[in-house]
Amino acid sequence: MNFVVPDFYLAAAEIFVAVMALVIMLATTFARRIARSLGYFLTQFTLIAAAFITIATMDGQVSFTFNNMFISDLMGDFLKLLIYFSMAIALLYGRSYLADRNLDKPEYYLLSVLMTLGMMVMITSNHMLTMYIGLEMMSLALYALVAFDRDSARSTEAGMKYFVLGALASGLLLYGMSMIYGATGTLEFSGIAQSVYNQAANKPVLLFGLVFLVAGISFKLGVVPFHMWVPDVYQGATTAVTLILATAPKLAAFAMAVRLLIWGLFDVADHWQTMLMFVAVASIILGNLAAISQTNIKRMLAYSGISHMGFMLLGLLAGVVEGDRHFALNAYSSAMFYAVSYVIMSLASFGMIILLSRAGFEAERIDDFKGLNKRSPWFAAVMMFVMFSMAGIPFFIGFFAKLSVLQAVVAAGYFWIAAIAVVMSVVGAYYYLRVVKVMYFDEPLDTAPIHAPAELRVMLSANGIAIAALGIAPQALMSLCAYALLASL
Amino acid sequence: MTDIPLLSLAVWVPIIGGLLVLATGSDRNAPLARALALLVAVVGFIVTVPLYTGFDVGTSAMQFVELSPWVERFNINYHLGVDGISVLFVILNAFITIIVVVAGWQVIEEKVAQYMAAFLIMSGLMNGIFSALDGVLFYVFFEASLIPLYLVIGIWGGANRVYAAIKFFLYTLSGSLLMLIALLYLFMESGGSFSILDWHQLPLGIDAQTMIFFAFLIAFGVKVPMWPVHTWLPDAHVEAPTGGSVVLAAIALKLGAYGFLRFSLPIVPDAAQQLAPLVVTLSLIAVVYIGFVALAQSDMKKLVAYSSISHMGFVTLGFYMFNSLGIEGALVQMISHGFVSAAMFLCIGVLYDRMHSRQIADYGGVVHTMPKFAAFFMLFAMANAGLPATSGFVGEFMVILGAVQYNFWVAFLAATTLILGAAYTLWMYKRVVFGPVANKHVAELEDINGREFAILGILALCVLAMGLYPFPFTEVMHTSVNELLRHVAVSKL
Repeated sequence: MNFVVPDFYLAAAEIFVAVMALVIMLATTFARRIARSLGYFLTQFTLIAAAFITIATMDGQVSFTFNNMFISDLMGDFLKLLIYFSMAIALLYGRSYLADRNLDKPEYYLLSVLMTLGMMVMITSNHMLTMYIGLEMMSLALYALVAFDRDSARSTEAGMKYFVLGALASGLLLYGMSMIYGATGTLEFSGIAQSVYNQAANKPVLLFGLVFLVAGISFKLGVVPFHMWVPDVYQGATTAVTLILATAPKLAAFAMAVRLLIWGLFDVADHWQTMLMFVAVASIILGNLAAISQTNIKRMLAYSGISHMGFMLLGLLAGVVEGDRHFALNAYSSAMFYAVSYVIMSLASFGMIILLSRAGFEAERIDDFKGLNKRSPWFAAVMMFVMFSMAGIPFFIGFFAKLSVLQAVVAAGYFWIAAIAVVMSVVGAYYYLRVVKVMYFDEPLDTAPIHAPAELRVMLSANGIAIAALGIAPQALMSLCAYALLASL
Repeated sequence: MTDIPLLSLAVWVPIIGGLLVLATGSDRNAPLARALALLVAVVGFIVTVPLYTGFDVGTSAMQFVELSPWVERFNINYHLGVDGISVLFVILNAFITIIVVVAGWQVIEEKVAQYMAAFLIMSGLMNGIFSALDGVLFYVFFEASLIPLYLVIGIWGGANRVYAAIKFFLYTLSGSLLMLIALLYLFMESGGSFSILDWHQLPLGIDAQTMIFFAFLIAFGVKVPMWPVHTWLPDAHVEAPTGGSVVLAAIALKLGAYGFLRFSLPIVPDAAQQLAPLVVTLSLIAVVYIGFVALAQSDMKKLVAYSSISHMGFVTLGFYMFNSLGIEGALVQMISHGFVSAAMFLCIGVLYDRMHSRQIADYGGVVHTMPKFAAFFMLFAMANAGLPATSGFVGEFMVILGAVQYNFWVAFLAATTLILGAAYTLWMYKRVVFGPVANKHVAELEDINGREFAILGILALCVLAMGLYPFPFTEVMHTSVNELLRHVAVSKL
């Protein structure tokens, strides 16, 4: 048996983050007095340095290492950069919030780094096992983060719920993977693709496994009918954790969908597209309708997130039309653009909740946004940008996200889906408008001045401006998404 | 002269100026915000003047064209240009913006900077709608212009403002999202072009045309608004502050009608001709039925709102008769209605600012305390009723003449507007202005001040000038309308 030394260079960023996780663990154990800020700054340093490493090692080639279990390609690098970016911003937003609640313990930052590592492994996996390891690493860190506020019953309950349902979903996923292994005889995505292409795979077993894979992906994305955890966990977790939960993992789950379904099982696209069609349409309908009656803004954003993920899936299901793969690149890059846009909007929306919260007060109710225009016209405008962007109104990034996905759906000839999607967008506009309404048309309930650290104010302002700026000039980000996918296909 | 991107200036001067006004911040700087807003509005108007003076009436091609790529991935271009149909609306819009800024001068005391900025930004966006030649660019401006109006109604509106604002937004949004699908379909069919001018030449089957026609009909029909999707307009008008009502009536309603001419007729001509009887019927219902509804109103603003719907019914009627008298008449009617309805809402605003009531029953004998105002109000009421020598007459008369060519009974029903319009407008005028002084509040009324006199006076001049000599307006649109008709007559099947 010949042993090939793997090319560690390709995995430099992952190795660096893994090492830094250990460094943070040790450093914060020994330097007790400054552990909290040390943990924070080391984590931010890790994310920034990892970004530099990823950029430095990026070559636009598709290369494999670790016996083909690990893939390095442009899509992976691009998504990893976005994940560092969104994690760094999420941690920055959450810092003062956590400090006010005595939750900014070093473990928090350690778990965040481990979670980042898990997502990186997911994104760069070319093998079912690597994928699963990454997924579990991310999920276990997230379970702990959701239950991080251990004195709060709601937070603990949310953690428990997330863990039980998440474990179930992992089980489903593993079961599906084993089925696919049984059908194709390999766990490697390119091998699976080869086997399916040659029609060597046992089709019924393959499709049986596919159902479970789609279920597992749906759970991680939080789409109907695997969405039950989303509202409770979003609401129960402390806002700083919800912020993390609602952003970077969506990108990782998108990468998982791309790797498993498109890299591995593209030749049975007709089958998983049909499944996703149900999932996507149901999510868009249920997410939007359920969001209307919410009074808690975190819960409302959770339901809106369900509908957004459904919308994102519309891009994935429009790739192959009756065997014609002509539209695939266009459709998948529109889905990717949608996911990225959602993350940018989601960061700002939860960032706003954090901005309005203070020690002993959670700005969780929609009513807590009442009269924000009187208290701070600028941040009311930022929240308005986010809401209109989520509703898909121009000139905000959400409009182009919706436009590109709808364009893919229409090009695939699914007019009825496009019609449902736009009708539900009108429903969605109602509850987003309600937030704008309370901010601008109502008198404030809470007249306390907003006090937040300068870094949060500056970053949140930049986030709001980015939502508008990317809505005026979306070309660069769109091309990046398309280019990253093209280089990896 | 041609090097200056005039249309871009017309769009972006008010928007960027509006952002500057917004930056003046709190109400401590209100005088600065007002002055800056007026300056921006005037500059915004000045940059549109060369659009008229430099306009070549001999061609139906797009003029002052600007074309540069915007989102290359979807071949979306920043493509602006005007023809004889749209150029007048850009100028009208810039003109009305000045009126609105001046009208809100003393009346608005809270959040002055935000108020002025909302109107300026809206004005820029609406110029964008009238001059966009790219489907997505049009849609972007069309949707984005909802935001400022939503905020204007919701923040500075009356008691039931939230309901009205949300209703306005959702009605319009639901219509326009269907249009978005139609635009994406056209993008696909044309092989990846969002250019409206390319779509004009695009051959389409009758089924596709019918679907697209209905998508556009809903989108623009809501905006016009046509019966039976008009119910948002009276609510929005009643709750909106005076400036909001003025912009809504004078400009926002024209967007829908303009959409018919830019999209429905030239892109799907066969479906438009086949389904013209449907639109004509809806228009006649608007003209006659809504005319009666207006007669029954007790709230002045609601009355004028219904009268707007009725007048806009005339416009859609004129479009779908496919003769040049009808279309030109409808366009003249649109511009005239821009002046007249703006003036009517300003007059009601003048009364409301003093009495804080819009109920007709609360008034009576205003002429005794406000003679100058009564004279202006008289003129505009007559114009609203379509009296000859006012601008209201020209458009209505042309449309009725066009209707006679089309079908006698259509013309007959359309002509009832001259009676109905006179009935509801003059009856309201009589109850409000004439008679003995109704109560002590009316007795204490003060006549209009210099600022109010100036804006009403300018509008009065416009109404009379257009009524007496409409040639400068029809001259501009003539070539483009004929080209449109020639284009529509050629089947795309």
